[in-house]
Amino acid sequence: MEPALEVVGMSKRFGGFAALDAVSLRVAAGGVHALIGENGAGKSTLVKCIMGYYRADAGAVLLAGREVEIRNPREAHRAGIGMVYQHFTLVPAMSVLENLALARGLPRGRIDWRGERARLAGFLATMPFAVPLERPVAALSAGERQKAEILKQLYLDARILILDEPTSVLTPQEADEILTLLRAMARAGQITVMMITHKFREVLAFADTVSVLRRGRLVGGGAVASLDADAMAALMIGEQSVAASAARGTDARGTVRLVLDDLTATDAAGAPALRGVSLSVHGGEIVGIAGVSGNGQSTLVEVLAGQRRARGGRMTVQGEAFHASRREVMRHRIALLPEEPLRNACVAAMSVAENMAFRVFDRPPMARGPLLRRGQIRAAAERLIARYNVRTSSPMAPIGTLSGGNVQRAVLARELGGAVDLLIAANPVFGLDFVAVADIHAQILAARNRGAAVLLVSEDLDELLELADRILVMSEGRITFETTAAEADRRLIGRHMAGHH
Amino acid sequence: MRLARGIEAALPPVLALLATAVLFAAFLGLSGTDPRAAYGLIWLGAFGTAFSWQNTLLRAAPLLLTGLCTALPAQLGLVIIGGEGAFVLGALAAAAVGLKLAATGMAPVGIDGAMALAAMAAGGVVIALSGALRHWRGVNETISSLLLAYIAIAVMNQLVEGVLRDPASLNKPSTRALPDALMLGAIPTGSLPISVHVGLLFGLIACLLAYGLIFHTTFGFATRMVGGNLRAARMAGLPVGRLILIVTALGGAAAGLAGMVEVAAVQGAASADIAAGYGFTGILVAFLARQNPLAIIPVAVLLGGIDASGGLLEQRLDLPDATIQVLRGLLFLSLLTVEALQGRLRLAELLRWRRAPAVAQAVNATVSGP
Repeated sequence: MEPALEVVGMSKRFGGFAALDAVSLRVAAGGVHALIGENGAGKSTLVKCIMGYYRADAGAVLLAGREVEIRNPREAHRAGIGMVYQHFTLVPAMSVLENLALARGLPRGRIDWRGERARLAGFLATMPFAVPLERPVAALSAGERQKAEILKQLYLDARILILDEPTSVLTPQEADEILTLLRAMARAGQITVMMITHKFREVLAFADTVSVLRRGRLVGGGAVASLDADAMAALMIGEQSVAASAARGTDARGTVRLVLDDLTATDAAGAPALRGVSLSVHGGEIVGIAGVSGNGQSTLVEVLAGQRRARGGRMTVQGEAFHASRREVMRHRIALLPEEPLRNACVAAMSVAENMAFRVFDRPPMARGPLLRRGQIRAAAERLIARYNVRTSSPMAPIGTLSGGNVQRAVLARELGGAVDLLIAANPVFGLDFVAVADIHAQILAARNRGAAVLLVSEDLDELLELADRILVMSEGRITFETTAAEADRRLIGRHMAGHH
Repeated sequence: MRLARGIEAALPPVLALLATAVLFAAFLGLSGTDPRAAYGLIWLGAFGTAFSWQNTLLRAAPLLLTGLCTALPAQLGLVIIGGEGAFVLGALAAAAVGLKLAATGMAPVGIDGAMALAAMAAGGVVIALSGALRHWRGVNETISSLLLAYIAIAVMNQLVEGVLRDPASLNKPSTRALPDALMLGAIPTGSLPISVHVGLLFGLIACLLAYGLIFHTTFGFATRMVGGNLRAARMAGLPVGRLILIVTALGGAAAGLAGMVEVAAVQGAASADIAAGYGFTGILVAFLARQNPLAIIPVAVLLGGIDASGGLLEQRLDLPDATIQVLRGLLFLSLLTVEALQGRLRLAELLRWRRAPAVAQAVNATVSGP
């Protein structure tokens, strides 16, 4: 079939680093093409070059066989290419109608809302799915918002739709529904789809063709029917060796380490976020908390980390009341891997060595009385940097200059460098590459096998199914479902994540 | 590496100074004065002779301490601009305590010590109040410290014109004068023809101590964590409220001590003259020093010099009193502009990129995303 979108020899360098190296690919009209690769493989760079956010150093974009020059996203839109981002771009306080009208561009002066509404209703009638036009975007579910984002692009006459990890904020059911709709529209010849994803399941179930990028190069691809998950994984990782997933030790559930009893708390805006959470974690087990983002998980972690006060309820660690003070954290040997480590667990302007000393800077050997021993801090950091393979120009470099993966490794080194009795981790591998993910998962399992109690909060159900001994589902600030990992049923968990229980 | 970072940190103030020099020259030119003559006089009045050095150091002494009143809380991420209030209350407390104890026949050294302690306590309380309001009530510390400074000045005026008033001070109310025995002496300078009171030493020592506290103690480490990222500090279980109280109190104590020196080494009594703006100039000193306690030392000398040259400039060139104020204002504006532009220009980063492509490559290769 005639390719709707073709990329020829696209290259892009940032300084001395080749983000894209002569990448060529074709997407057939009416097809669904998946773009996969590790973080940093060049997927986003490729898409941004197509959309005109970046000027490619070399290469061309062809639409329906004709070369087009796209210098900015506006020109991409005019050429019929629309992009749906990982994160939502609609104005939350405005209705869907207002958002879509705004996207189209408003006339000067008075807005003819009746006309806009009629035009949009006519447009929606031609679409296979609908969203409530008058509802403010903030009141829509994540799935409805994603639909509204897609509708916005189609309303802007996009014939080629590029989606950047469109399902990362959706429940499995919502993701399946949206991808099914998109594929149906593609089949009907209405659109052509290219989507960035890291979920093999979605590639296998919904894509016709796939391209695999690794370190800026196209390393394989073709018809999805001719590939399986193992083959795609091998292409993505290349020759790198992945740490074998640590053997799960014998199930020796120890004593209870962490107990939460009817915990309540509010979020940053003062709205109730935890509405009575009770759970317990024993030594030698990983308790996973599943849930769609925004259902209180981040507040729960903030309360456990001491970043937010609980409104009510009790926290108990090893039988003693717990208030997340420095002394308690030290005595109970608690480690924390929060999400967004640069925002939650590091001081960007302080050095890597100083950041690695956050837990121990006021104890010997880092301190002699009230005095800081900077040599000791540096020496300890050098050991951790070597052991955890943190890539930094120097231990004295500000940690804010490191890449996301290396910040994460530095925090991991700090938190897991010593003995741990209770580990609390929130989306610990978000945004990391395969090797780092396998490494961090192995460390978490190893901590469990050594007898630590682990509370693992994750938005990635696959991660929980792989690591956890028990899975709890959190929805609207409550634990609504519990299952052992052995008996876990994806669909059942998904239903509870979506709030059907 | 360290040197490079030092140069990087010094770049904005140096650029601001250059920009100020150009703008001030333009201002002078517009008002019909030869800028070269003016700059020559500023140099002469600030650093040209032993006498001008003496003038400069006398003015730098309080600035060392009032600069700390902004620079220390800045380590916590707080912008305190109420040093004038701590300065004034420190002066008032020192005068009151000094006059009270002088009647008891206590040893002068002991009285001076008590005056210094009272001044530091008074200054510390007023700035710590701003810190406490910020931490427990969410009140903006910049605004509250400024408003508290006006309250402090009003309190001083009230007391100086009321219960503490020397009946002999007729048209210019002030407290009674301290006995000569309580006045602070000069730093022994040997054969140098310069006489500067020991307040300068207090300032220098305070800056050195503050630097040591911030960069070489566990307390300073915790302070920098709170200032750099409150969430990370809370995660590490640091007592944020206590740190805020102590550091703001230390900053206020420094400014309060400056007020004591002003009474016990310069004025000899507390009066409306105390509120001469040393507290406000301290803000400028701290910002020019980029909140680094060691850098406060040269900056305070520089601004002390500019101040000291004001009289000469005004007399010789027949310029209005406000000329030096214009210079100071231009300096502050340039500094803020340079700081605001800094995030966009990223000069330093461009230089680094050229110098070390290998490092950049290594960093880039691990960047997630594009």
